[in-house]
Formats: sequence, C-alpha cells, structure tokens
Amino acid sequence: MRQKALGIYSATVLAFLHAPLLILIVFSFNASRFTVWEGFSLRWYRAAMSDPQLAEGLINSLIIAVVAAVLSTVIGTLAAYGIWRRGAPILSGALYLSLVTPEIVTGVSLLALFQWAFRFLHLQLGLYTVIIAHVAFSIAYVAIVISARLRNYDRTLEEAAMDLGAGEWHAFSRVTLPSLAPAIAAAGLLALVVSFDDYVITSLVAGVDSETLPMVIYAMARRGVSPVVNAVSALIVVAFGAIILVSQRLQER
Amino acid sequence: MRKFFLLRNTRKTGRGVVQCEATEVESSSIVWWRGTAPFALLPARVWMALFFAAPLGIVCAYSFLTRGDYGGVEQPWTFESFTRLADPLYLAILWRSVWIASLATALCALLGFPLALFISRAGPRKNLYLQLVLLPFWTSFLVRTYAWLFILRDTGLINTVLMRLHLVAAPLQLLYNDGAVLIGLVYNFLPFFVLPMYATLERLDPALLEAAADLGARPFATLWRVIIPVSAPGFVAGAVLVFIPCLGAYLTPDLLGGGKSVMLGNLVQNQFTTARDWPFGSAASLVLMLTSALVLAALMRSRMARELM
Repeated sequence: MRQKALGIYSATVLAFLHAPLLILIVFSFNASRFTVWEGFSLRWYRAAMSDPQLAEGLINSLIIAVVAAVLSTVIGTLAAYGIWRRGAPILSGALYLSLVTPEIVTGVSLLALFQWAFRFLHLQLGLYTVIIAHVAFSIAYVAIVISARLRNYDRTLEEAAMDLGAGEWHAFSRVTLPSLAPAIAAAGLLALVVSFDDYVITSLVAGVDSETLPMVIYAMARRGVSPVVNAVSALIVVAFGAIILVSQRLQER
Repeated sequence: MRKFFLLRNTRKTGRGVVQCEATEVESSSIVWWRGTAPFALLPARVWMALFFAAPLGIVCAYSFLTRGDYGGVEQPWTFESFTRLADPLYLAILWRSVWIASLATALCALLGFPLALFISRAGPRKNLYLQLVLLPFWTSFLVRTYAWLFILRDTGLINTVLMRLHLVAAPLQLLYNDGAVLIGLVYNFLPFFVLPMYATLERLDPALLEAAADLGARPFATLWRVIIPVSAPGFVAGAVLVFIPCLGAYLTPDLLGGGKSVMLGNLVQNQFTTARDWPFGSAASLVLMLTSALVLAALMRSRMARELM
C-alpha cells in the first residue's frame, strides 16, 4: 500500500520532468499556430529549415561547439592525466570552482577581460572569444569524466610498460591513452553538448556577427512564441538525447 | 647527491611480512619537473589562469573602481559599489534571491526524496529510472526553460485548456511572477537533488530497517526516525547542489520572471549591459560568488560531507 503510494508519487514527479518536453515536441507537429491541436503537419519544421537566421546560428554554433570540444577534450584529458599522476591541488580547485561559479559571473568576468585586452590589441568580440570562453568552462567537465575513468585504471599497467623499457611519454601514449579512448570520446561528446547549449556566457562574449543558435532561439522566444521555436527545440532535444546516450554508453565501456 | 630507494613489486607474504625489491636512484631523477605530468598539466593551467582566474581577478579589481563616463571604469579606488549594495533596494534583491533559491531547494527535497527512495528500492529497474531522471537534464537548458514559457503563457497550454473548458473567462497570469520562476528552477535542478539523495539511500543498510521493524516501528516511524536521519548527508549534498545554481540563476528568472522577478544574476547582467555600471556589477558578482562559496564551505566543513565523500 505504502509502496504503491510511493510509486504513484514518483511516477507523478517523473511525469513532471518529462511532460513539458513531450508537450513541446507534440505541438511542434501541430498544424495550427495556436495551442489547439488542428492536425499533424511538418510546416514548422519546413519554416525552421528555411529560416536564414536559424541556419546562420546553427552554423556558428556548430563551428564553436566542434572547435571548443576538440580543444577542451585535449586540454581536459591531459589535465586529468597529470592530476592522476601526481596531483595538482590548485588546478583541481580551480576546475571545481569553475563548475560552481554562476554562469553569469563567468560571462561578465570574461567580458571584462576581453574588453580590457582590447585596449591593447586591435580586436573585437567574435566567434573566437566564444570559443575561448567555452573551452574555459568545458575543461572541468572533460577532466571529471576522464578522472572517473582513471580512478579505476590500474596504475601498474603504466609502470609495467616503463619496466619493459618504455619512456614515460611512450607509456602514456601507447598504454594509458588507448584504454582511455572510450572515456575521451564520451567527454568530447559531453563538451560538444555543453558548448552547443550555452546561452548565458555566449550572449555576453559573442560579437555582432557571431549569433549562435541558442541566441537566435532566445530572441525568438522573447519576441513571442512561434511554433518554429518548438520545431527547433524538438530537433535539439532529440539530437542532444542521442548524443548523451552514446556518451553514456561509451563511459560504461 | 642524495640517494633514494624506489620500492617496487611490494607484496605481502604470510604473517604480514612485506617483500620488495629496492632500486637505488639518484634524487635528480625524481625532481618535480621530470616526467610527463607537468607537461600534461601545463595547457589546463595556462588556460584556467588566463580565462578563469584572471577574469575573476579583474572583476575583483573593478569592484573597487569608479564608473567611467562612457561605461568602462576609472580611478579612484573606492568602496562605493559595496556601500551601494547595502541600499535597501539591492538588499531586497539579495534577500529575494536567497528566498527563491531556498524555496526551490525545499521543493526539490519534497519532490526528490520520495523519488530517490522509490528508485533505490526499484531493484533491477533502478538504472532505467535513473536514466529517466537524467535524460531531460541533459537536454538543452534553454529549451527546457522555453518549454515552460510555452505552457504557462497567456495563450499557452494551461490557459487554452482552462478557457476551452470555460473554467476561466480571461487567461490567468501564470507567467512573469515568482511562481513561474520557482517552477522553472525546480524543474531544471531537480536531478541535482535526486542523484546524491539516491546515492545515499542506495547505501542504506537494509538491516537497519529490519531492526526498526523488529522493534515495532511502524513504516512512518521508520521513515521519520531511521531513514531520514541516516540519509542526512544526501539531503545536505542535494540541497547545496540545488541551492547554489538557483542562487546564481539568470536565464530562468529572465525568461519566466520577465522584468519583474529580479534575482542577483539579473542584477549582474543588467549592470554589465544596459546600465553599464561595471564596478557595481562587479561588486554584485563578488557578493554572489562569496555567498555561494560560503554555502559550499559550510558543506565541506560539515561532518556529513566527509561521510558522503
């Protein structure tokens, strides 16, 4: 009886977690502009595909996410390896701090840094400032995924390689790195999603010519709700879900 | 030059005797910069120093400067931004942020604890339920917040249904108030509570429950006097993980609260963009970070945290 009550309550909470996104996806197929079901239609998807602003935002977002994910995966993996080998309390502390720092604070502080640097350099905000910012907050995510894998990794494997005559670098690149490959792929996908999704920091450090997809969506949502946003949102939900599932499978390996 | 001994192939033989082989090495071969680790750490150190620590340092410095005529910052150094924060208007925003974050945390506990308890008892389907908790969490934050905009607005789902059923004559004002912000925050951060709570409940010794039952405790008494006290570390960890991002939330109060429900994050954003008062925005950022750090430090110091980690 009690177990049943607990089950019903939990089902309600799970429904609360899933219903909003499901509703959004269902209504993205609605023929009507209004929140009344008038039949199945793909018109909002067609409208989304042919919207030049969305297309430009998507391209910018993809460029930023791919470059930032690659950079942060390399840097974060190396950092996790270094921390595992001999510890780096200050760097670890900074990485954890970067995770708990409110996004808005990270954003304005980077904006302040860039504006200060522009006094000496003749540059302005653009795609590259967004990439720098995204790498800065993604390193911690990557390092956490890789560290989790290294915790279960047998230290003696590397020592064995070195006993057999491999140099430290060789032992790392030929023994440790291959066994980290699934975790690295998972971390890279996670960094991709985290970067692609960011709005708060991006909106502060993006240049006028570097609007990202979340920025376009935000602007559309602010202007009033258009079913086109529902269609784009549905696509993002499905794409993110797929990437994260792959990432988690890789981490379990 | 000092000599060191590297012990290798250490093993225990019977009766606790340790056998090992010792290799004599010179101290120069174990100095700190040797090996791959320092090189592996270097890129992250440089990046975090330049693009995480330095920006925070600049914000610290700016908070003690004066606002320039065209935005920007100027000398002289002053505490003015901080004294301005003590103005009742801004204290109200600080208080409001703490209050909304606390309410959101309490609601997450109310929704999250039973769910975590249920999952911890779900047997082989545990992983499926955990995935269900995590999946919406991994979809875009912006999209999740927008979904509530879609549901709560005047022509949104709830109002359309209510109007169709003739339950209300005019759309209810569901959006752009503290309630909407609260719903958005709880929705976005609930997984942060469920996961540590689940991790604690998972390790709960079933013998404790049997003992309680043997001693005649009714299920509710077991819950109140055994399960909840024992899982206190999970409550603390979950509460901190929800409270900190809620306190610094920007996007949720911005989209769902409209201009009315201003929290600290919105104040910071506003000062750096529209108002162009960077020293004041910097001071507000510092207060936000310090408040979060204090909460986190309180957790780290508590005995509960050590038990959990």
